[in-house]
Amino acid sequence: MSTWTQGLENPVSARLRDPATSGYAGIVLGVFAAFLAIPPIEARTTTWPIVVGVVAVVLGIWTVTRGRRRLGYGAVAAGLLGIGLGILATRSGTGNLEAVFNASLIAQTFAFSTPLVFGAIAGMFSERSGVVNIGLEGMMLMGAFWGVYGADKGSTWVVGLIVGMASGGLLALVYGFFAIHLRADQIVGGTAVNFLALGITGYFFFQIYHGNYVPQGVSNIPNVRIPGVATLGFLGPAIGDLNLMIWASFVLVIVSYFVVFKTPIGLRIRACGEHPRAADTVGINVYAVRYGCVVLSGLLAAAGGVYLSDGFGGGTFTENMTEGRGFIALAAMIFGNWRPAGAFGAAVLFGFSSAVALRLQVYSASASTLFNVLPYVLTLIAVAGVIGRTVPPAADGKPYRKQ
Amino acid sequence: MTADSNIPPETPEQAAETGTLAARIALKQRAGGVAVPVLTAVIAFLLGGFVVLATGHNPLLAYRDIFNGAGLNWIFHPTTNVANTAAYNLTQTLLQSTTLILTGLAVAFAFRCGMFNIGGQGQYFVGLYTANWIGFDFQHMAPLPHILLAIGGATLAGALWAGIAGFLKATVGAHEVISTIMLNWIAIWMGEWLFGDGGPLQNVANKTVPISNDVASSAQLPVFWGVQQLQGLDIGFFVALAALVVFWVVLNRTTLGYEVRAVGFNPEAAAYGGINVRKNLVRAMAISGAFAGLAGAIDMLGYLYHFGVSDIPVSNVGFLGIAVALLGRNTAIGTGLGALLFGGLLFGTTHGLSSNVIQPELAGNLTYMIQGLIVLFVGADVLILYVWNTRKKLRLRPAT
Repeated sequence: MSTWTQGLENPVSARLRDPATSGYAGIVLGVFAAFLAIPPIEARTTTWPIVVGVVAVVLGIWTVTRGRRRLGYGAVAAGLLGIGLGILATRSGTGNLEAVFNASLIAQTFAFSTPLVFGAIAGMFSERSGVVNIGLEGMMLMGAFWGVYGADKGSTWVVGLIVGMASGGLLALVYGFFAIHLRADQIVGGTAVNFLALGITGYFFFQIYHGNYVPQGVSNIPNVRIPGVATLGFLGPAIGDLNLMIWASFVLVIVSYFVVFKTPIGLRIRACGEHPRAADTVGINVYAVRYGCVVLSGLLAAAGGVYLSDGFGGGTFTENMTEGRGFIALAAMIFGNWRPAGAFGAAVLFGFSSAVALRLQVYSASASTLFNVLPYVLTLIAVAGVIGRTVPPAADGKPYRKQ
Repeated sequence: MTADSNIPPETPEQAAETGTLAARIALKQRAGGVAVPVLTAVIAFLLGGFVVLATGHNPLLAYRDIFNGAGLNWIFHPTTNVANTAAYNLTQTLLQSTTLILTGLAVAFAFRCGMFNIGGQGQYFVGLYTANWIGFDFQHMAPLPHILLAIGGATLAGALWAGIAGFLKATVGAHEVISTIMLNWIAIWMGEWLFGDGGPLQNVANKTVPISNDVASSAQLPVFWGVQQLQGLDIGFFVALAALVVFWVVLNRTTLGYEVRAVGFNPEAAAYGGINVRKNLVRAMAISGAFAGLAGAIDMLGYLYHFGVSDIPVSNVGFLGIAVALLGRNTAIGTGLGALLFGGLLFGTTHGLSSNVIQPELAGNLTYMIQGLIVLFVGADVLILYVWNTRKKLRLRPAT
């Protein structure tokens, strides 16, 4: 068949024959296999998870033979995982299952994933411009403390959000100065930022609040109660009453997709991350773009931190509150292959596993640990290239020197 | 205005631009000698002092109290009697320094091969868990074989844990920073499971608290200064000093060290010269992890004896090792001195501190700030190159 006739093919049938379709279908089926045994479907026999899981595995193998190895192996893994989890779920009592897997799990998943989404998108902007940001954790921690401080002293969460984001942006500016102008090693600099933020927030937490919790009644970031939906059977507890920042994170993902891939600014950002010399040659100010992206990264990571303390945490702060969420966000960004939608998907997956881990704690400590460790294991597998290689921007982490 | 590829680096500045991490660090070693790390530390302490001053405390008195808290005032009145506060504090500072020497060497060794081992904390934990397991489960052994088995097992565990990252880098090119960060968190959650309720290493006598068993007395390291019940200084200190010597000898006087450094300077040139780069990446990472695993073993058998879930998030010796190694410029002697500084800070700002100027909670966080500032400054090429160039100009001036 010549390329000329291929061009005239029906786009729908071409899409069906595309191995990507079977790959995605396999992944969806694999996930579905795991959900067959839990509410609201609750099949009480192992047959259905196995059948659906096997279909997912077959689709995966088909995809692998058609060349889309990353997707294919992903579908195989999802299918096997689905069979395993499905069988496990049919073995446990329905009462327990209903307590763990219900509509509010969706809300909790988003509650856990939102700081990760902010962090992952923050990291994506910085790294797309060519600056590695290991310091996400520190910037998020700054947002968490100064956000709740702002909400306390400014007596409204709006001030808290602004102060918190500004603190993260400021720390990012310092980091940017070292990483961009002083051409410091970016991994070393990012590590320094994490230590610095840990020290600063801990120090001022004790200095201002004497190591006690922040006073009661701090203005919190409000929830958005959608009239009509909030009272619906399944959707109500799932998405009827989510925090404002959760909705903001959804918007952020869509906006950043358009900014990075559909606007001239996004093209410039990516050019600086892929080939800064070429970008410089065509008149793009590499330093300015990188500064902009690093500061934006700090603002966004800190916004995730503010949500953590003043939304999710209900206006409290504890030392080292982020507890490695910045690193999970980094992992989500890598797992999502430096793309907004991918990062969002990974962040939701990791948020889901944290939410499930929290709920499983009552029933089985080891199962809970398994879900907690899942994000890190998955990311390790992803960087190892078993499911296909993740590809960072070409100039990521390389300081640029003007000529 | 030339293309930045295919041109051999000529000046140190260009080498710093295009070279590997190790090449850049080697440049810094030539540039400014010991002046730059000393200057870095002084600036970090000054900036830290500024924060102390801005929050209404006297920085000079605060630093004096931290100095005393670390037991460094011992040199004015040397005594071996640990009833003396200064002497006791000094033993505790040295106890912390012991760990930091080893975690510092873990970072430094990988650096010399051009890799950044950010996973010292995870490798330390894995060593700690293994030492606890062997120390408790292998009862009724003679002390010497028991200690050797526990230390050997823990060192091997650390080496294997880091070896995963080295293997992934050598085979599929996975960046060691990302994989070691992930391995850190996997090690942390592993500990939560091992020591947690119903975990395999949880205390057999008390199933309600998430704490491990105590290691058997046959596996505990002898204390040579102080009282064992009061966390005396154990012979692990000499193990750490020996590790410094081993580090220097291996790097500078063996074929292995030569290959590791060659790969660190320029992997392509090393490969051209017949050195197996992949093998050396795995090997360097494994040796690096062995140092961190050894640190875990020395801590477990030396003074901790047991470990709990709540101890896991508090521990950060692996991360402090980064600051120690960078400040010590990845050399044996520098790492030793850096470990002493941070060991003093670690104990002097927390448990050792008795001060009416600054509370331990504030001072403890001051340590993190100073640590962060030191790492930030040490990482900045241009600052160091600036010092280097000024020195060169000063030297050239009389001649021209």
